[in-house]
Amino acid sequence: MSAPIEDPPLTNLRDRLAAIATLDAAALEAEDIAILGRKQGELTGRLKSLAALSIEEKRAQGAELNALKVQFEAAIGVRRVELADAARQREGAGVDLTMPGREAWRGTMHPVTVVIDEIVEIFGALGFSVALGPEVESEENNFGALNFAPDHPAMDMHDTLYLDPQGAVPAEGQRLLLRTHTSPVQVRVMREGPPPYRVVIPGTVYRNDAFDPSHAPAFAQIEGLAVDEGITFVDLKATLAHFAERFFGRGTTVRFRPSFFPFTEPSAEMDVACQLCAGQGCAACKGTGWMEILGCGMVHENVLRNCAVDPERWTGFAFGMGPQRIAMLRHGVPDIRHLYAGDMRFLQQFPSVGS
Amino acid sequence: MNASRAWLEAFLRQPLDAEDVAQRLAMLGAPVDAIEPVGADLSAFVVATVTKVRAHPDADKLRVTTVDDGSGSTWSVVCGAPNVVAGGRYPFARIGTTMPGGMVIERRKLRGEVSEGMLCSARELGLGEEHDGLLTLETDAPDGTPVVTLLGAGDQRLVVDVTPNRPDLFGHKGIARELAASLNIPFRLPEIPGLAATDVPPPERAGDSGSTGGITVTIADRQGCPRFLAGVVRNVKIGPTPDWLRNRLAAVGVRSINNVVDVTNYVMFELNQPMHAYDADALRGAAVGVRAAGSGEVLVTLDGSSRTIPEGALVIVDGAGVIGVAGVMGGRDSEVTGATTNVLLECAAFDPSRVRAARRALGMSTDASQRFERGTDRWGAVDAFRRAMQLLASVTAGTIDLPTVDCFPAPSHPPRIFLRPSRVRQVLGLDLDWREIERCLVAIGATVVSKPDDARIAVDVPGWRPDLVAEIDLIEEVARIHGYEAIPATVGAVRPVFRPDDTGWAAARAARRLLVAAGLSEVLTLPMVAAGDPAAPVLLNPLSNDHRCLRAALVPALLTEVERNWAVHTGDVRLFEVGTVFSVSDQPGAAPRETQHAAFTITGRRQPAHWNDDKPRAWDRWDAKELVRQLVDLAHPGAELQVEGESWAVHAPDGRRIGHAGPVTADSPPWADPVFAGEVELGPMTTAHAQFAPLTMFPAVTRDLTLRVPAGRPVADISTLLVQRGTRHDLRAVHVVDEYRDPAVGADARSVTVRLVFRNDQRTLTDTEVDQATGRLRTSLERELDVSLRSS
Repeated sequence: MSAPIEDPPLTNLRDRLAAIATLDAAALEAEDIAILGRKQGELTGRLKSLAALSIEEKRAQGAELNALKVQFEAAIGVRRVELADAARQREGAGVDLTMPGREAWRGTMHPVTVVIDEIVEIFGALGFSVALGPEVESEENNFGALNFAPDHPAMDMHDTLYLDPQGAVPAEGQRLLLRTHTSPVQVRVMREGPPPYRVVIPGTVYRNDAFDPSHAPAFAQIEGLAVDEGITFVDLKATLAHFAERFFGRGTTVRFRPSFFPFTEPSAEMDVACQLCAGQGCAACKGTGWMEILGCGMVHENVLRNCAVDPERWTGFAFGMGPQRIAMLRHGVPDIRHLYAGDMRFLQQFPSVGS
Repeated sequence: MNASRAWLEAFLRQPLDAEDVAQRLAMLGAPVDAIEPVGADLSAFVVATVTKVRAHPDADKLRVTTVDDGSGSTWSVVCGAPNVVAGGRYPFARIGTTMPGGMVIERRKLRGEVSEGMLCSARELGLGEEHDGLLTLETDAPDGTPVVTLLGAGDQRLVVDVTPNRPDLFGHKGIARELAASLNIPFRLPEIPGLAATDVPPPERAGDSGSTGGITVTIADRQGCPRFLAGVVRNVKIGPTPDWLRNRLAAVGVRSINNVVDVTNYVMFELNQPMHAYDADALRGAAVGVRAAGSGEVLVTLDGSSRTIPEGALVIVDGAGVIGVAGVMGGRDSEVTGATTNVLLECAAFDPSRVRAARRALGMSTDASQRFERGTDRWGAVDAFRRAMQLLASVTAGTIDLPTVDCFPAPSHPPRIFLRPSRVRQVLGLDLDWREIERCLVAIGATVVSKPDDARIAVDVPGWRPDLVAEIDLIEEVARIHGYEAIPATVGAVRPVFRPDDTGWAAARAARRLLVAAGLSEVLTLPMVAAGDPAAPVLLNPLSNDHRCLRAALVPALLTEVERNWAVHTGDVRLFEVGTVFSVSDQPGAAPRETQHAAFTITGRRQPAHWNDDKPRAWDRWDAKELVRQLVDLAHPGAELQVEGESWAVHAPDGRRIGHAGPVTADSPPWADPVFAGEVELGPMTTAHAQFAPLTMFPAVTRDLTLRVPAGRPVADISTLLVQRGTRHDLRAVHVVDEYRDPAVGADARSVTVRLVFRNDQRTLTDTEVDQATGRLRTSLERELDVSLRSS
């Protein structure tokens, strides 16, 4: 290996490279052309003249010249950005950057819709798909098929709105009503075809209840149904406890209490540790430390039978909850009536995240 | 159901903590809604001793007493009670005390004598009906002791939320049974002070008809009344009720009436068996019975109102007519009064649905009907009857006219149910030991009559649990008593089910996203509206006239919400809703048609003002047109908006109107901007995926034409013609970029600038080609539509 030949023009180029960082905008562009220009560029010319040299000379000078070219390109690029930044800073001087930005209206999903979407998504990840059904139902679908005994006190929990038959005389069980729960969709899903089923059912339901801070004559409900071979109460607890953790946050504790619904047995209520007091007991949870969140249970044998599903082979669970109530807890809304009004001051408080 | 903690303690023979009881009951399925101290409003009353009594100088019936209330002072109190005696101890209301009725005790003069407080009767304390004299306190407690500590000794009332399937929890015995199971201790009936140790002999069995104490008892409706027990207690002394009994009733919130009625109430709250006591001498024809009511029968009930009884309802009758509505309320004419000397006690079982139907038709609910409609224990009725008879005889110092009678025309037993441990496993996912299953069932009062190695367990269910009729009911009991918390929550394998989401779901979500992205806010209005739209289905029993119909469209409710915003001075309102609308079916009696709609209303500024910009524009019809355009593209690709008066309408291929957009009229304040609205029926979402179009390298060439448009010629005609004729000349798009109306030329005269966009995917178009194509298109416009270039 011979020592690099000391070439005076190259030394000159190295000095000019060092000087790039000090050039002003006009000088920088002139120097760019003078060195790297396609026609008169000094470095370009030297690189072109390499072609005439022997292989050894090419090898000796080529690497050096190419390295210089890269360095010039980089140095010129850096200086250009520096100069542009400086120019923008000069222009921006005196602008008050604390002046407000240009706002745009932000659209919002209703807080109840957001709750429903989140619930659907969580159960979607567990293999549940969305089923919908009509809001006007027959008595049979709303009550009879769901194991409500006629004239039983359980009916008192479902104060029902009926449609005016307008002179028609409906057959037994075919009186039309506004569904009091989303459960008739369970019946429709099961009557569509054989199990297995895994569905969530969001929808509006109706009760003959006047408005007060915690009651409304129409409200959302979301219900779930899972029927398969081998589903047990253990699966019910596992699925709903998982849901509670996904929805309310990791570590959320739940408890299951016996309850009664005509269409499930065993029936349960699932409580979630109060979100406001972390289970310590406060006004929101009436001092119990628990919030009632959903009703659930193993699908009643009679319901399966009514839908031509053999309860000896298939078992399942169902659950239902009220998105309005959950939205009220989540956002601290004191009166359910806010959720039915279009007051922009209310709606704009809940900017949509995601979905 | 109101339960008394002290009463439960008497069953369980041990002290209870109300909070702990509430927790245990909640975990057994009967949550406690509230725990209330009993007699809280009596806390101001104290025990006081009357030390002196003298006649009032100016009134015959009044006395002037000296009262020592333990405060160190004595008080002069004027009192009108006949029973006040020196040395007697009574409840005393000091000056400043608020009485249960709201009156505040003040220092005042009664016919010239100063009165510094008030000695109280039972009624004045809200403890009962007696107002004949002061409530005499038999107590050693020092003067000044709050009366409330004597009456029920700090008892607590638990308000238990009983589910409709559990009639047994309407009695303290049922609740005690649950607690005993939870605490794993025994329980038995409370001992009653002063009650004779000997039991009342069992009543004599009879069929449809029997007699006791000279009164015939007849069941004329076996289905409605499967069992009827009756007995007579003679020579009763109607009067005040002993303290222990009064306290029990006060603790559950029942006022003392008299010693007879109080006994029936006591047994009802203890054993969940409602009963009725009659003045035996008021029964006409010395007979009592049960039958179905005929048409138009009338009864004056205990509350004094005259009621027409629904035909077919179960009624209690004497020899002359109706004396009670079975299981609901008795009649006034046969009620026990102060003059009663002989009492007939009725203890019966009634068909729950008949009682329910009757009380609904009568529009009244009583403690008795609440229990009967859930189902009482017809087999346990004998024990309840015997306890009540014994208590009655004891508290009224009367004698039982033996034998009593038990009409039970079709004797039966509670059902036997078979339970398979394998089924317990299949439903609960839990391998429970036979002994644990047995423990759970015994705890609820069932009898297990099988051996451990039987494949199915024979279980005799208790009579007080009419809800237990099938194997699954027993499985729930096993889970409940074993404890839901003891069942694991382990995630198992899940087999995927193929079932696509309902197509309407995706459509609704897409519509919501679209409108949110446009800056609108979602609202959920009530689907019930006032009458007005002929398409709106009508409700039979609406909440009010404002909620008489189901909505046939969304925009009207949204407009109401716009007005609500105006009322609070909000002028920028951008609302949308996605929801179900209804329209009556063509076929009478058929369910209404339900469709999902998306709708919006917009008014006010299109964007918030910014300091660096001109004043922002208000929303206009063109915004509404575009929003509806986008919604239509979601649900009905290809459907076109057509001009319809001042608005636009969209029709489906079958001609149905599926959307509209345009200005709307609202009740606007003068400062409000105009309102625009749109509504579109969302069909199922199209599942076709958009297909890729190649991105060309070759530039587009544009030409602007400013056209003079004759009056009455819509610009849509021009665009359509240009697209039709221009396609073969590589015309790819036509944009309307400007409209100019020159009032100098005429009101209808306008010129419209259209931008023609030419492009070829294979090569760059030359200016010459484009100019030639533009020329041809101009010619077509002139010839076919009489539209020419505006001369400058």
